Amino acid sequence: MNDVFHHALKFREDLCIGCSHCMNICPTEAIRVRHGKAHLQANRCVDCGECYRICPVGAIIVEQDDFENIYKYQTRIALLPSVFTGQFPNSISHTAIRSALHELGFTHVYEVEEGVEFLSDQFHQYIREKKTPRPLISPFCPAIVRLIQVKFPTLVNHIILLKAPLDITALNARQNLTEQGINPEEIGIFYITPCAAKIVAVKSPVGEQESVIDGVINMNYLYNKVRKIISHHRGADPLPEIPALNAKSVCWSLTHGESDHHEKGRSLAIDEINNVTEFLEKVENDEIKGIDFLELRACDESCAGGVLCPGNRFLTVNKMRERTSINPILSGIDNKGTLSYSSDRQKFLTDNMRIDPILPRSILKLDDDVAEAMVKMKRIYELNRILPQVDCGICGSPTCKSLSEDVVQDQADIKQCIFIQKILEQNEKLDIWESIKIMREIWSDNKLDKNSLKDEINIIN
Amino acid sequence: MHFEYFIEGGNFAEAGSTSSQVKKTLKQLNVDGTVIKRTVVALYEAEVNIVAHAYSGKITVELDEEKIDIKIVDEGPGIPDIKRAMEIGYSTASPEVREMGFGAGMGLSNMKNNSDKLNITSTVGKGTEVEIINYFHL
Ligand SMILES: Nc1ncnc2c1ncn2[C@@H]1O[C@H](COP(=O)(O)OP(=O)(O)OP(=O)(O)O)[C@@H](O)[C@H]1O
Ligand SMILES: [Mg+2]
Repeated sequence: MNDVFHHALKFREDLCIGCSHCMNICPTEAIRVRHGKAHLQANRCVDCGECYRICPVGAIIVEQDDFENIYKYQTRIALLPSVFTGQFPNSISHTAIRSALHELGFTHVYEVEEGVEFLSDQFHQYIREKKTPRPLISPFCPAIVRLIQVKFPTLVNHIILLKAPLDITALNARQNLTEQGINPEEIGIFYITPCAAKIVAVKSPVGEQESVIDGVINMNYLYNKVRKIISHHRGADPLPEIPALNAKSVCWSLTHGESDHHEKGRSLAIDEINNVTEFLEKVENDEIKGIDFLELRACDESCAGGVLCPGNRFLTVNKMRERTSINPILSGIDNKGTLSYSSDRQKFLTDNMRIDPILPRSILKLDDDVAEAMVKMKRIYELNRILPQVDCGICGSPTCKSLSEDVVQDQADIKQCIFIQKILEQNEKLDIWESIKIMREIWSDNKLDKNSLKDEINIIN
Repeated sequence: MHFEYFIEGGNFAEAGSTSSQVKKTLKQLNVDGTVIKRTVVALYEAEVNIVAHAYSGKITVELDEEKIDIKIVDEGPGIPDIKRAMEIGYSTASPEVREMGFGAGMGLSNMKNNSDKLNITSTVGKGTEVEIINYFHL
C-alpha cells in the first residue's frame, strides 16, 4: 500500500474518450495521450484532482476504501472535516446527520478540527524555537506539499514539520477510546475526505512512518448515503453530540483559516494551485520580503472547493461562516469552544506531533548527471525552436516545450507534431500514410477511421 | 551553454523574470538546491539594481558542468565608490524606489553573500559590470 508514489486518482481506460482535457489542465504536466487514452506519469502527479474535476465522462476516479471495511472493527469512528456539514442545506440539522451516520454503522463521530486549538499552540511554539527559513509554509494541504517537492525543491525546508489537525484528532480519538478500555485492535478510524490529496496523505504520508487512520471514504459518497437516509426519515438515535468548536477551528480549512491567526500583515493566504505556483516562484527568488507565514491550498476556496465536495464551494463557505455565527476574523481568541485536552493528553500529543523532514523529488531535472542534463537541455532548446509554439496538444503532450522534453527523454517522437508532419510532407520526407499511422498511435484508430464520417463527408465538402 | 537576457531600466514589474528563467534552467540541470537558491538571490539583486539604478542592461549566462558564470553589464550612471556601495545600508535609491520596497542598501552585500566569486567594475557616466560565479560543487 505504501508505494513511494501512491495516487488516489485512477484513470479508467474503458471510459476514457481521449479528449485530452485533463492533459491540458494538469498543473504539473503529468498527463499524456497515447493510443487514444490519457496516461498518468506517477512521479509528476501531486493529486490536486484538477483532472478529475474536468473529465467530461467520469473516467477519472478517486479510489476509496470499500465502505464495508468499517465492519471489520467493533468501534467505528467517522472522522468528519467541518466542510462535511457545510455540504448540507440549512434545513438538515447536525442531529439528523449524526442519526444517519449511526444508521450507516458508525459508533462515534469526531470532527477533524477538534485538533486545531492544540495544533495552533504547538505551531506558535514551533515558530519560536526553530530557525527555519522564512516564510514558513503550512503543511496543511498535501497537494501543496507534493507540489513543493516536485517543482520547488529549494523550498522544502520552509514547510512546517507538524502534523495536520486530521492526525492529531485521530491520535486523540484513539487514545480516548483506548483509555475507555476498548481494545485498540477493535478501533477503526475512517476519514471522510474532501479531496484526493488527503487520501494519499493517509495512504502514503510524507514525513510520517505510518498513518493512524484505518480507511478513507469519499465525501460525495457518504454525502449521498446520508442524504438518502434523511430523505426517508430513517436514522437511528443520533450519536452523542460532539464538542462545540470555536470559530477558528470550524473555519481552519477555509481560505484564511490559518493565516488569520498569525501576525497581521506578515502572513498570507493563497488558494488555487496555479496561484500558489505563481507565488512560490517569487518566494524562491527571495522576492518576497517581510512575510513569515504562508497558508497555501490547492483548491479554490480551500477545502470547501475540494474535488469530492458535492456542494457549491461558495455556499459551503457561507454556511460554515454562518455556523460560527460570529465574524470568524474577530472571534476565536477567547472562545475556546467546549473542548479541552487533559495535561497528560497534551503531553502525549506533543510527543507525537512532529513529522520527518520533507525531501525534494524534482520532476524538472533532465538527468541526475549535470553534464548529461546539459546535453539534453541543448537538444530540447533546438527541438523547441522548430516547434510552432501553438501548444495544441495534438502530439499527445500538453505543450510544445513538453513534447521536446518527451522526445529527448525517449518518450515521444518529434514527428508527433502535426506541424512538423505537414512540413515534412511538403518536402516529401513523410508519406501521408505514415503520418496517419503516427496520428493513430496517439489518438487511436477509431478517431481516425476513414469510414467513420460516411454521409458527413459530403457536408464537409 | 549560453543565454542572454535584456533588462529595461525602470521596469520594476519585470524585475525577477531573468532570475526565474535561470532558476528553471538550473533545476533542469539538477543543480543542488542551495546553489540554485544562492545564484537566484544574487542574480535577482543584480537585476533589480539595473532596474532601480541604471538605464538598460544585458545579462549573459554561461553554463558548464562545474559552474554558472553570469555577467551583468549595464548602461547607467556607474558607481563612484564601489567599496562604499557594498556597505550594508548604503543606498542612493530615490524616494520613489524606496516606496516600491527597494533601497535598503542590502543588495550588493546580499550578492556578495550568495556568490562564490563576485567582481564589480564601474565607470562613472558609462555603466557597471557585475560578474557572479557560483560553483555547483564545493
Ligand atoms: N547597477 C548600478 N548602477 C548604478 N549604481 C548602482 C548599481 N548597483 C548599485 N548601485 C549603487 O550602489 C548602491 C547600493 O546598492 P545595493 O544594491 O546594495 O542597495 P540598493 O539597491 O540601494 O538597495 P536594495 O538593494 O537593498 O534594494 C545603490 O544605492 C546605488 O547607489
Ligand atoms: Mg539593490
